[in-house]
Amino acid sequence: MSEPYTAMAVPSHLPLARRAALSSALWLGGAALVALAPFVLEDYSVFQLTLVMATAIALLGLNLLTGFNGPISLGHGAFFALGAYTQAILMDKLGLSYTLGVPLAGLLCLGFGVLFGLPALRLDGLYLALATFALAVSLPQLLKYRHLAPWTGGVQGITLSKPAAPFGLALTPDQWLYFFTLFWLLLAFLSARRLLRSHVGRALVAIRDQPIAALALGVDVPRYKTLTFGVSALYTGIAGALSTIAVQFVAPDSFSVLLSIDLLVGIVVGGIASLSGALYGAMFLRFVPMLTDQLSKTATGAVYGVVLIGFVYALPLGIAGFVTRITARLRATVARRGHD
Amino acid sequence: MESFLHQLFSGLATGSIYASLALALVMIYQATHLVNFAQGELAMFSTYVCWTMISAGVPYWLAFVATLLISFACGVLLERAVIRPLRHAPVLSVVIVFIALLLIFNSLAGFLFGQDIQSFPSPFASLEPLQSPFVSAHQIGVMLVTLMLVLVLFVFFRFTSLGLALRAVAVNPESSRLVGIRVGSMLALGWGLSSAIGAIAGMMIAPIVFLEPNMMAGVQLYAFAAALVGGIDSPAGAVVGGLLVGVLENLVGAYLIGTELKLSVALAAIVLVLVVKPSGLLGKTIVKRV
Repeated sequence: MSEPYTAMAVPSHLPLARRAALSSALWLGGAALVALAPFVLEDYSVFQLTLVMATAIALLGLNLLTGFNGPISLGHGAFFALGAYTQAILMDKLGLSYTLGVPLAGLLCLGFGVLFGLPALRLDGLYLALATFALAVSLPQLLKYRHLAPWTGGVQGITLSKPAAPFGLALTPDQWLYFFTLFWLLLAFLSARRLLRSHVGRALVAIRDQPIAALALGVDVPRYKTLTFGVSALYTGIAGALSTIAVQFVAPDSFSVLLSIDLLVGIVVGGIASLSGALYGAMFLRFVPMLTDQLSKTATGAVYGVVLIGFVYALPLGIAGFVTRITARLRATVARRGHD
Repeated sequence: MESFLHQLFSGLATGSIYASLALALVMIYQATHLVNFAQGELAMFSTYVCWTMISAGVPYWLAFVATLLISFACGVLLERAVIRPLRHAPVLSVVIVFIALLLIFNSLAGFLFGQDIQSFPSPFASLEPLQSPFVSAHQIGVMLVTLMLVLVLFVFFRFTSLGLALRAVAVNPESSRLVGIRVGSMLALGWGLSSAIGAIAGMMIAPIVFLEPNMMAGVQLYAFAAALVGGIDSPAGAVVGGLLVGVLENLVGAYLIGTELKLSVALAAIVLVLVVKPSGLLGKTIVKRV
């Protein structure tokens, strides 16, 4: 066990200024890459990246709940769908601006999340998974329901048009949506990080790891769990709304139980209880099906299944955990060289 | 009145299929305290195995028995290869692996047998003594098969020493090991039995819903509802719950909300039971010591 210890300890031998410079150089480089990407890539790739960012927000939301707080949800596709439909209805039926639609869809999901969370979170792990799974399976039928069709468009769904860039900016609609979604991703990421580093975050993790001790220390377990469910639904709803603007279309069959399963696959592959994992997971979900669909129509499911089992056994902390381990090792090597 | 009776009986028939799948779920829950999210897909896969044999010219009942044996072997194999290594894993890992199995079996079926909808034969449809005005012969046959299944399981668990050993392992694995029961083999046996029972449910529902890779999605949801309504640790509860859910589904679908929202009945039943009486009708109330 001495290896990881040295790996963590050695970098402090590096002169502080040099470490800070290295890290800010990396950050600046990354930021430049993200800012320039839409001007270098074709519109279709920009569109794909926009969807990756929207999915990442949903994965952040599910990870807040399942990864950091513990309750297992197999039905987060329902909140994604609720956000998506809210956005579509607000834009198409009420003529509201898409910029207003995103926060409104998020707030509606927050409300529904709290309502669903109130009874559901009294359930132990497996039962909540069951109840949310039931929600995911029965969702398309609810969306197709005849009496809701004037709002939801029934089986056909709702088709929207892509908004143009505002203020006369010289951007294509795809480029504009990229930055619009990037704004929401940054907001989601920073607020999740802030939340997790506060006393609330520590309470969430305590509830996951030692529920009885947390209770004994005065953590209001039901309240925190319900709120986390709500916030998690808020994130997922915002993601649904954002992806609706990009895809310009909602229909019941896009929100089958597979969507909820995809979100679970995303947090497992990206890394359970990891914020950066949301990005890796979202890229996996967007780009791997493109490869596997070329193999066969049914290959994606099989690949997801095998990948899930593989990660549970071999990489339980997902890609994010793997990256952390590699960078720690690299840093240690660099520092050792600098020291000699 | 006649249409009411018709709805009632077809509810009992599908309900008895839900009951068998719920029995399969309860079996695994009793032994390992896990809910097998892949139960429906396993049953679907078994049904395809049977269909392949029938298409190749094997007589129905021979194919039926062979399918049960193959499913049993698959269940044992799954327990050994995938589930046993997760004995001490957190619930989340187990749920993830079940979802993985669901995906794998679903796409494997699509890959091996195609996505097209196939018709599946009913062995009862042409039997003379089963014809009646309210119910189709297949529905009567399904109810008889479930009745037989329940009887066989009852005799097995109540009157054989193997059944006793299985029950002992479910109640207290440590003490069972101390008296010389091979707990590992019993768990594998439980999985084998469960997937064979699931196969029966699959072969009975296939003539009604037709055979395709996604045919069990709804059925599995009703089976979950059935197991929860009856009490997820109670085999008798699974049967009662299955019949109840089947009848409820048909009557509510026919008279209250229409067939297009039928799945929501299962959702409502699940949420309602979990919130109001998590132990179900016949289950044990669990008291947690803090």
